[in-house]
Amino acid sequence: MMRARWPLVAFVLAIAAAPWIVPPFYVTLLNYIGLAGLVVLGLVLLTGIAGIVSFGQQAFVGIAAYTTALLTTAMGLSPWVSLFASLAVVGAFGLLLGAITLRLSGHYLAIATIAWGIALYYVFGNLPGLGQYSGIDDLPPIALFGWPLDTAPRIYYLIWTITILALAAAMNLLDSRSGRALRALRFRGVMAESFGVDTARLKVLVFLYAALLAGVSGWLHAHFLRFVSPHAFGVNAGIDYLFMAVIGGAGQVWGALIGASVLTVLREWLKDILPAAIQRTGNYEIVVFGVLMLLLLQRTRNGIAPALMRWLPKRTPRPPSPDAEPLPRRAQPEPGRMLLEVDGVRIRFGGLVAVNRMSFSVRSGEILGLIGPNGAGKTTMFNLITGVLPPESGQIRFLGERIDRLGQRRIAERGLVRTFQHVNLVSTMSVLENVAIGAHLRGTSGTLAAMAHLERGEEERLRAEAARQLRRVGLGEHLFEPAGSLALGQQRIVEIARALAADPVLLLLDEPAAGLRYGEKQALAELLRRLRDERISVLLVEHDMDFVMGLVDRLVVMDFGEKLAEGAPQAIQSDAAVLEAYLGGIE
Amino acid sequence: MTFDIALWLTQDGITNGAIYALLALALLLVFAVTRVIFVPQGEFISYAALSMGMLQLGQLPGTVWVLIGGGLLAAGLDAAKAVRDGMPGRLPRIAAMYVVVPVAVSAIAAWAAPRQLSPWLQALVVLGLVVPLGPILYRIAYQPLASASVLVLFVVSMAAHYVLTGLGLVFFGGEGLRANAFSDASFSAGVLNVGAQSIVVVVTSLVVMAALWLFFERTLYGKALRATAINRVGARLVGVRTELSGSLSFVLAAFIGALSGILIAPITTIYYDTGLMIGLKGFVGAILGGMASYPLAALGALGIGLLESFSSFWASALKESIVFTVIIPVLVWRSLTSRHHVEDEEE
Repeated sequence: MMRARWPLVAFVLAIAAAPWIVPPFYVTLLNYIGLAGLVVLGLVLLTGIAGIVSFGQQAFVGIAAYTTALLTTAMGLSPWVSLFASLAVVGAFGLLLGAITLRLSGHYLAIATIAWGIALYYVFGNLPGLGQYSGIDDLPPIALFGWPLDTAPRIYYLIWTITILALAAAMNLLDSRSGRALRALRFRGVMAESFGVDTARLKVLVFLYAALLAGVSGWLHAHFLRFVSPHAFGVNAGIDYLFMAVIGGAGQVWGALIGASVLTVLREWLKDILPAAIQRTGNYEIVVFGVLMLLLLQRTRNGIAPALMRWLPKRTPRPPSPDAEPLPRRAQPEPGRMLLEVDGVRIRFGGLVAVNRMSFSVRSGEILGLIGPNGAGKTTMFNLITGVLPPESGQIRFLGERIDRLGQRRIAERGLVRTFQHVNLVSTMSVLENVAIGAHLRGTSGTLAAMAHLERGEEERLRAEAARQLRRVGLGEHLFEPAGSLALGQQRIVEIARALAADPVLLLLDEPAAGLRYGEKQALAELLRRLRDERISVLLVEHDMDFVMGLVDRLVVMDFGEKLAEGAPQAIQSDAAVLEAYLGGIE
Repeated sequence: MTFDIALWLTQDGITNGAIYALLALALLLVFAVTRVIFVPQGEFISYAALSMGMLQLGQLPGTVWVLIGGGLLAAGLDAAKAVRDGMPGRLPRIAAMYVVVPVAVSAIAAWAAPRQLSPWLQALVVLGLVVPLGPILYRIAYQPLASASVLVLFVVSMAAHYVLTGLGLVFFGGEGLRANAFSDASFSAGVLNVGAQSIVVVVTSLVVMAALWLFFERTLYGKALRATAINRVGARLVGVRTELSGSLSFVLAAFIGALSGILIAPITTIYYDTGLMIGLKGFVGAILGGMASYPLAALGALGIGLLESFSSFWASALKESIVFTVIIPVLVWRSLTSRHHVEDEEE
């Protein structure tokens, strides 16, 4: 988030001054905007950033509102007590629904959220204990030090304090270790997982956070209006929240408030203006509203926020501090020790045996090249080692421990770190942030600390480490550029820097030279040579034989899923079987 | 519950389920080809049902104004683009498709309204009025955003749904309408008394499904649609015009929506905003079937019809809750049986 802080400050001042300036009607409207903004903020993180589409946020608003309504009327509890009870109920629901649905792929989840939204609406409307369709009224107002917040201007500051705190927390979160993982979740989940991010847990967390924000909004809503009825929590409300997120700009925190404001104000104006303008009753406002939304989306499909942000000055990015204490490094095995042993590994896809009886090993301090023509099974072998695929038979051991059933994350924890053949960077994040994802496992701070920015010390160390690795590979000049703006050759090198940031025991490079121009290949070879001189252990998968010849200590050649030859590069170069595989034999 | 009631509920459930199955197929088709979650499907249902009702009352259905207005707007957009591209040769085709056809069917409707034709002819007129709305809607709302994300397309769907519902209220009013049955005959088979209306619904659904199957398996356009659904870029590379595929899928969806509306009109009273819930039930059916397989989606929708019919007997107030909650255990089962893996969305 390379934005200046002053818009937030200016915004806070404007909100603080508003009740003294605008007419009371607009204070009420601002209350509604704040209430919706809270829910939409959760959606921005959940849908816009993490890519999990939910139409069901109004269900959480409703659950909290009904819980607090029941507890404060029937049981006479204080609204502050019922706040915690409401959030506990919402949290439990969120965890339950999250556990059920988050494992489903995108569209199922979206539809499931519609379904539970509708189901809950009818439950609210039909349970006698909940007042059926007429709802529950006479809720007590929230009292602050004995002072009841029973009018719109009085509850205004409570609503907006909470909303602004949530906004600041979301901004802090996105600019942190967890935030980087979150921003990688949508398009780069496989990559995040391979650097030790528990993507399933992260999804549940962000889902829970969005649910809790909706719950707080529901609690405020119930005690602001002092009455709850199912109509406020129908499926239309859930769709409205999503509307707000998309119109405002689902990819940005500010989009939540922009969307909430635009929709709330537009609705209200249309309700006032249209009947007067058209002189006919009827639901014209909904028609005009729909048409305006269509036009808006066709003009700016990413929402209003990105268009507005262009007008704000960019903050000069904060350079990583040079005197941050370096992160602890793991103890490297002594040179010559056995690192990786692949032992009789086999995998089939349907009828095709992709890898068969493959055995080889890598020792500490050496560079092993795994080469073979296209389709030889190199990338499959790579996926077997990194835990993307489990082998059908055979064993893979790392430092003597079996890893062939561990899964990507556990393997990454042990220091086996990879790059991707198809560049797997988050293109909108800066080069520095991308590399910092590599150091994910070297930090420990969680989401709560990140929201309060209590982890700045560790964050500085992570950023300094990322900058150090980028300087090591010669990209020190590009720290703050978006990763997507670099040339392919440079992006490949960013991939290597990211892997180095994980402090690897063994570096696995998947065809790093594929698709590079001659000059880029030269630069890459130069970098790998430097790494070799630093005695880093590397397993290099490649099909370009010329590229690996001067680099590696030993070569393993694969063809049709089996090992064809193994030995020193010079010996391999004159091996008849290898020549035949690469050049084709004489029939 | 007696056996008679159970049979009667089953018959009712199958009748509704057949309609949900048709809708489920249309939703799947549109989603696969265009990635649009087609919420406005519900409006095609209510427009068709209400047009049918108005024709039977001897009134000109308000659909004609939506059709002519939408047609002119779509024609304007396309004509402007043709002029910008320097291709005035396209203009006659645009005028024929978006202006001549809507005006012609509107004229037929105006002629037919006071004449109290047979319900079968009225159904044809209604199809003529509603089906062209499909491609018109696609042209106006979706085509400019065809490459946007599923989320943006969904919000477009909601906006279109709001516009069409609002127009529905303007042109049909807030009163509900119920059309006459195609036939009042009924047949007894043992204890079961089968209404002709149910037979019409089930047979029509089966015929449409068979026709869809033939269309996708045996015709070039059907194969082009399937190709677009599987791989949009690949389809374009081999010469499939993907905008045409989008438009075509909307024609089919509008046809199925209109047909469902005509079939359901004599069964329940339809209001201008009833369509959404009916469409959503088709959707739940499609999910029960796994959102991928057409036969399973049809079976799932049939299950929804039965569930709805039986739960309205046992717990009428919670009927809708039950129908929409049934999705949760199915999803649980699916999430337990599908192997978890991390997957990336396409940027």
